[in-house]
Amino acid sequence: MTLTAELLLQTLASGLLMGLIYALVALGLTLIFGVMDIVNFAHGEFLMLGMYASFWGFSLWALDPLFSLPLTALGLFALGAIIYRLVVRRIIAAPMLSQIFTTFGLMILLRGLAQFLWKPDHRMVDRSLVEGHLSFGGVQLGTPQLVAGLGAVVTTVGVWWFLKRTRLGAALEATAADREAATLMGIDSQRMFALAWGIGAACAGIAGALLSAFFPIFPEVGANFILTAFVVVALGGFGSVSGTFWAGILVGVVEVMGGFLVDPAFKLVFVLSLFLLVVLWRPHGLMGKA
Amino acid sequence: MRSPFRVSSVVALALAQILGSGAAQAEEEIKIGIIYPLTGAAASTGLELKNAAELAAEIVNRATPGLDIPLAAGAGLPHLKGAKVKLVVADHQGNPQVGASEAERLITQEKVVALVGCYFSSVTVTASQVAERYGVPFLNPESSSPRLTQRGFKWFFRTTPHDDLFVTNFFEFLKDVEKKKGVRPKRIAIFNENTEWGSETAKLEEKLAREQGYAVVEKILYPAKSTQLTSEVQRLKAASPDLVMQSSYLGDAILSIKTYKDLGFSPEALLANDAGFNDSEFLKTLGKDGNFALSREVWALDLAARKPLVKQANDMLQARYQVNFNGNSARTFTGIITLADAIDRAGSTSPEAIRKALQETNIPGDRIIMPWKGIQFDATGQNVHGAGIIVQVQDGKYVTVWPFPLASKDVIWPMPRWEKR
Repeated sequence: MTLTAELLLQTLASGLLMGLIYALVALGLTLIFGVMDIVNFAHGEFLMLGMYASFWGFSLWALDPLFSLPLTALGLFALGAIIYRLVVRRIIAAPMLSQIFTTFGLMILLRGLAQFLWKPDHRMVDRSLVEGHLSFGGVQLGTPQLVAGLGAVVTTVGVWWFLKRTRLGAALEATAADREAATLMGIDSQRMFALAWGIGAACAGIAGALLSAFFPIFPEVGANFILTAFVVVALGGFGSVSGTFWAGILVGVVEVMGGFLVDPAFKLVFVLSLFLLVVLWRPHGLMGKA
Repeated sequence: MRSPFRVSSVVALALAQILGSGAAQAEEEIKIGIIYPLTGAAASTGLELKNAAELAAEIVNRATPGLDIPLAAGAGLPHLKGAKVKLVVADHQGNPQVGASEAERLITQEKVVALVGCYFSSVTVTASQVAERYGVPFLNPESSSPRLTQRGFKWFFRTTPHDDLFVTNFFEFLKDVEKKKGVRPKRIAIFNENTEWGSETAKLEEKLAREQGYAVVEKILYPAKSTQLTSEVQRLKAASPDLVMQSSYLGDAILSIKTYKDLGFSPEALLANDAGFNDSEFLKTLGKDGNFALSREVWALDLAARKPLVKQANDMLQARYQVNFNGNSARTFTGIITLADAIDRAGSTSPEAIRKALQETNIPGDRIIMPWKGIQFDATGQNVHGAGIIVQVQDGKYVTVWPFPLASKDVIWPMPRWEKR
C-alpha cells in the first residue's frame, strides 16, 4: 500500500464528515437522556423515518431532501412530542426496566410498521440537488457528504444556541438539572419533556434527511447508526451538547482512520476501545459533569 | 334405556369419521417448511425467495400444461393421490440461532416433511444441523458455502453449485478474457463482507489467485452493517488494483458503489460474487451507477433466448408478483421443484423414503430453468451438474457475457472511469 499525504488527508476529511453526522444523530439521544434520564432505543427509527420522509417527498412530489428538510424536521418534532404524550409520559416514574422495554418496543413497532407500509426494499434518492464531488487540492469529497456535515454543524449550533441563549432553552436545562426545583419555579416539566422529545426526534429527522442523499434507505437502517450513537452519547458525557459534538467527530475520525490505517475489519474495535479508555479514565465522558 | 352397544357404536362411528377425514386431509396437504430472512437487512431478498417458492408450489399444485417442468402438467403429486404441497413459511431474520429454533419449530410443531432454506450460509449451517438431528430431509437451493456439503450429513442436499466452483469460474473467466482480449489483471484486490460466506470465499480467492500467478495486493473483510465504507475504499484506492473481487450483501453493495463514485475509485474491472449485486433492488436503487459491474450468476433472464422454459416461468412470476426472476429466486424455485419431485417419487411422506428419492433424483438440464446440465446428487448431497455464468450490467440490464458461447453480449473491459461516464 502506498500511503500518500493526499490519501491520509482525504480519509481524515471523510472521517470528520461522518463524525458530524454521528454527532447529530447522537445529539437527539443525549438531549432526551439529559433531560429525563430515559434511553431512547427507538432513536435510530426516528432517523429511519427522517430518511423515508425525504425519500417520499422526493419520489412523490419531486421535492429535494434539502427542501423537504424543514418539513421533515417539523414532522419528526410533532411525532416525538406525540410519542411523549401518548407513551413515554406514562413511564417516567416506572422502573428502568419498564422504560427500556417501552422504548425498545417502540423501536420494534416503528421498524415493523416501516417494513409493513413501505416493504423491506432498499431505496435511494437518485437525483439529488447536491451531487458529485468537490476537490480541494487533490482531496475529493462528495458534495452530499459536505452538505450533510455542514447541516449537522448548523443544527448542533442551533440546538446549543437554543439551550444556552433562549428562555425556553434555559427552562429545559433547568428541568434537566433539577426537575422539582424547576417545577417550583413555575416551569411545566411535562411541556419541557415533550419539547425534549420533539427536538430529539427532529435532530434524528434532520440527520436522516441529510443522509438520504447518499445512504441507502431501508426499514433497518437505524440499527446501523444506533450503536455508534450510544457510544457517542456516553463518550460525550450524557446530556452534554458540546461533548456530543466533539465525541461524534472523534468517533468518526477514529473509525475511518483506524480502519484505513490498520484493518477495516477492526474499525469498530477502535471506536469501542476508545470508549472503554474514556470510561475508565473519565467515567462521566469527555465533557460530562461528575 | 340406552344400550351400551348403541352408544359405543355411535362413538366408534364418529371416531372413524374424524380419523378418516384426518387421514384424507394429511394426504391432501404435504407440508414443506421454508426458512428465509423475511425481516432484517436481507428482508427484500427473503421476500423474493418466498415468492419464487410459492410460485413453484403453485405450479406443482395446479395443472399447468405446456410447461415442461417436473410435476407441472398434473395437479398435485400423482404418486400421493394428487396431494397438494403446502409451504409453511418461517423467518430467520438473518440470525443463525433464530434459524435453528425455527427449524425445530417447523419439524416438531408444524410437522413438516422436509425443510428448504436458508439463503445465508451461516443460517443454513445451524438450521440443517437441527434437521440432521431429527432425521428430516433438508434441501438447500441457494447457499454456496463449500463447507455445507463437507460435513458428512445424511439428510442434507444442495442443488446450487458452491463457492469453490464459482470462484474457479472466476479464474476460468479471467483466462478466457486474456485469450480473447489480451488483457490480464496483474493486481487483484479482494473485498468481502466478513461473515462465513465472505471470509470463506476470500480464502479461496486468495489461494487460487496465488496459484495462478496473480498478485493479491489487498484483502479486506468488512462488517456488512457499516455506516461508512470510506476506510475500506481508501485502502483499495491506495492499493490501486486492476481488478476488485467483491462479495457483498445488498445494503453494503449499494453503499460500496456510492463510495467508489464519491472517492473516484475506478479499477479496470469489478468482479462481484452474486448476492447483493444480483438483487433486483441493486439496479433499481443505483440506476446507471450500477453499470459495468461483472457478477457471477447461476442464472440470467437473457438465457430465455436459448431456453423457452425460462421465459414461460418468468412470465408466470411477472403475472403474480410483477418482478422478474433473478439468480437467487430462480434457484429457490428450482429447489422447491426438486424437492416436490422427490416427495412424489417417494410416494410417501416418511423421511427415509423422501431422502432415498432425493438421492435418486435425476432431472435433465432441459427441464429446469437453470443453465445446468441437470440435477443429480453425489454421496455428500451436492448436485454434480451445477455450473455458473458471468453477467455484466450493460445499459441497466444484466447480460450474460461468459461462457463466451452462451454470451448474449461482449464483455466491456476495462470499464470506463467515473468521470467519463
